[in-house]
Amino acid sequence: MDYFAQQLINGLVLGSIYGLIAIGYTMVYGIVGMINFAHGDIFMIGGFIALITFLILVSFGLTAIPLILLIVLLVSMAITALYGWTVERIAYRPLRHSFRLAPMLSAIGMSFVLTNFSQVAQGARVKPVPPIITGGHTLHEGPDGFVVQLSNIQIIVVITTVVLLALFTWLVSSTRLGRDMRACEQDQTMASLLGVDVDRTISMTFVIGAALAAVAGMMYLLYYGLVDFFMGFVAGIKAFTAAVLGGIGSLPGAMLGGLLIGLIETLWSAYFSVEYKDVAAFSILIVVLIFLPTGLLGRPEVEKV
Amino acid sequence: MSAPPAVQTSRAPGAAFILKKALISALVALVLFSLMIGVRTDAGPDGQLTYWTRFGDLAAMVATVFGGSIVLELLRQWWGPVGTIRVVPPAVQSTLSLAGRLVAPVLLVFTFLVPVLFYNERYILDLGILVLTYVMLGWGLNVVVGLAGLLDLGYVAFYAVGAYSYALLATNFGLSFWVCLPLAGILAAFWGVLLGFPVLRLRGDYLAIVTLAFGEIIRLVIINWQSLTGGPNGVTGIPRPTLFGIPLTPGDDGLAAMLGIEFSPTHRVVFLFYLILALALLTNWVTIRLRRLPIGRAWEALREDEVACRALGINTTTTKLTAFATGAMFGGFAGAFFATRQGFISPESFTFHESALVLAIVVLGGMGSQLGVALAALAMIGGFELFRGLEQYRMLVFGMAMVLLMIWRPRGLIGHRAPTVFLKTNQAISSDLVKEGHG
Repeated sequence: MDYFAQQLINGLVLGSIYGLIAIGYTMVYGIVGMINFAHGDIFMIGGFIALITFLILVSFGLTAIPLILLIVLLVSMAITALYGWTVERIAYRPLRHSFRLAPMLSAIGMSFVLTNFSQVAQGARVKPVPPIITGGHTLHEGPDGFVVQLSNIQIIVVITTVVLLALFTWLVSSTRLGRDMRACEQDQTMASLLGVDVDRTISMTFVIGAALAAVAGMMYLLYYGLVDFFMGFVAGIKAFTAAVLGGIGSLPGAMLGGLLIGLIETLWSAYFSVEYKDVAAFSILIVVLIFLPTGLLGRPEVEKV
Repeated sequence: MSAPPAVQTSRAPGAAFILKKALISALVALVLFSLMIGVRTDAGPDGQLTYWTRFGDLAAMVATVFGGSIVLELLRQWWGPVGTIRVVPPAVQSTLSLAGRLVAPVLLVFTFLVPVLFYNERYILDLGILVLTYVMLGWGLNVVVGLAGLLDLGYVAFYAVGAYSYALLATNFGLSFWVCLPLAGILAAFWGVLLGFPVLRLRGDYLAIVTLAFGEIIRLVIINWQSLTGGPNGVTGIPRPTLFGIPLTPGDDGLAAMLGIEFSPTHRVVFLFYLILALALLTNWVTIRLRRLPIGRAWEALREDEVACRALGINTTTTKLTAFATGAMFGGFAGAFFATRQGFISPESFTFHESALVLAIVVLGGMGSQLGVALAALAMIGGFELFRGLEQYRMLVFGMAMVLLMIWRPRGLIGHRAPTVFLKTNQAISSDLVKEGHG
């Protein structure tokens, strides 16, 4: 039971990271209707920028951990958001009204560009950092000596995710920008007739998605203590799987899907085999889609003739 | 047709505008590259991560973006606003259409002659084999994506199934290439149907993610099922193909000895070249024939409108499954060929990157155009080889080329295609009118 509780905690933490990335996928899909294949690499760039900022701050003699974390978070969000904006501007905007597969391939190309850009710029080797946040709390000590641990970093990941989600939900539901986004999602032509700047709204969607991916990248760096240029691919696929599992286009769905994928992966590794954890996640995706073709919380697609 | 002069002058921005735009681009580049290029991190000798600055490289990159932005803007002005219709003189038009009709036969004859012309250039022959492998994969995937309109991001799975089928059957049971080739095709087709079943109800992007997941599942199983597949080490010692039982070896029973000519290792390369050419042409021929059969027309109808398809009584289940199976079968053939050519296969060769490459070839070829796919394969693989000297920048350039090509020709190289069925006259249709299918 204790073992299960520990795995549950680990799974939820991993799921939070996936969920943060998945929101970027689902938002872009909802508004532009394309799979942003470069989003996983945006997450990777976010991790790298967090790492570099962290190194610079430490070498300047900054020791207050909360201050460092805050600066790293803001810098990484800002620069990564600019990456998201640039990618949209270069690779997707010219193809806005093109046929469906063109932006997707352009996105795959952009993903190759970002992966190899960071490989060329920062080298192919894995970059490890010493644990930045240490310590934790013992929740429960079982009679057999098994200890359920909740580390500080896990608390930070979950709290950051919850805060960001709340902020983000508020942004979408009650600000001007959120209203524009929802309008563009429903009908871009109509929205532009009513005075919504569609181009700007779509750009902002990419910017917000990239900023959330940067947070996920930073959390990944803190939690696992390493980044490498190839981590965007696997994390991107998992997050996209999460978005589809939850019903693509639905924001709560993306978070739910992320948590589920995180839990499935962790529990499968704990009880069955580590090697097949990804196979398990993908298989469950396929099984769910057989019975619910639009995901868990997705709206059924209305077919217009 | 050019716009009236007054409009043009008002549309042509001045030097100040161009400079401002370039400055903004340079500023964005400065922020983007400030940490990624300006600072380099690496683990020091003691394993501790250190960093050093590279402001020279950063300045060079920003300057490149600034200059590039000015050049781009000038080029754009010279080219005129987007959507300008250019009038092509009739003489040029007729020459172009003649050239268009001649491309396919000329290309085919040239391909047949490649081993004769470049007999002593092993590199060109190897490159030719590689290009033809991708032409075949492209034509195979074209059945699924171009004809049936089903977006498949996991095509490499069938390539892997074909390759491993041949490799394992040949190394474990000693079966010959010619026995294994149909078996590899059948097994791949079987997996195609297996993938097809769960995705029958899915549309569009749900289909894309499931096929992508399927491709990853196959790869992960190959990596982890070590007792069968050898895991990451792959399968070694895969037998080379024989000319219907006659090996291409220097021995007494080899082809060279039988024909009484001196043995040369090039014989095998030439044989492989014609083998993949034959396989690719078989794919092309079968596809062209299938397009004229009811099943091929059902595929194209499915791509255009699935609801209408069902209303007309077309069984969408069998239509989709046959499309998956046919495409997968050709992927399996290509995989078996890949295994026999390499003599060694490992999961490294079957990553998502391959699926993306083949899909890019199909889309760049113009979704459904056989000639377009061949040209796109030649351009992508050949172009990729051109940058071999750049080593680590190769993938970077490849990705950029993919983005630029998509922006330049979103509809692919061959923007027109001949209709399969026509009423009175055979007119080329612009691919803008051809739907891409919703899965």
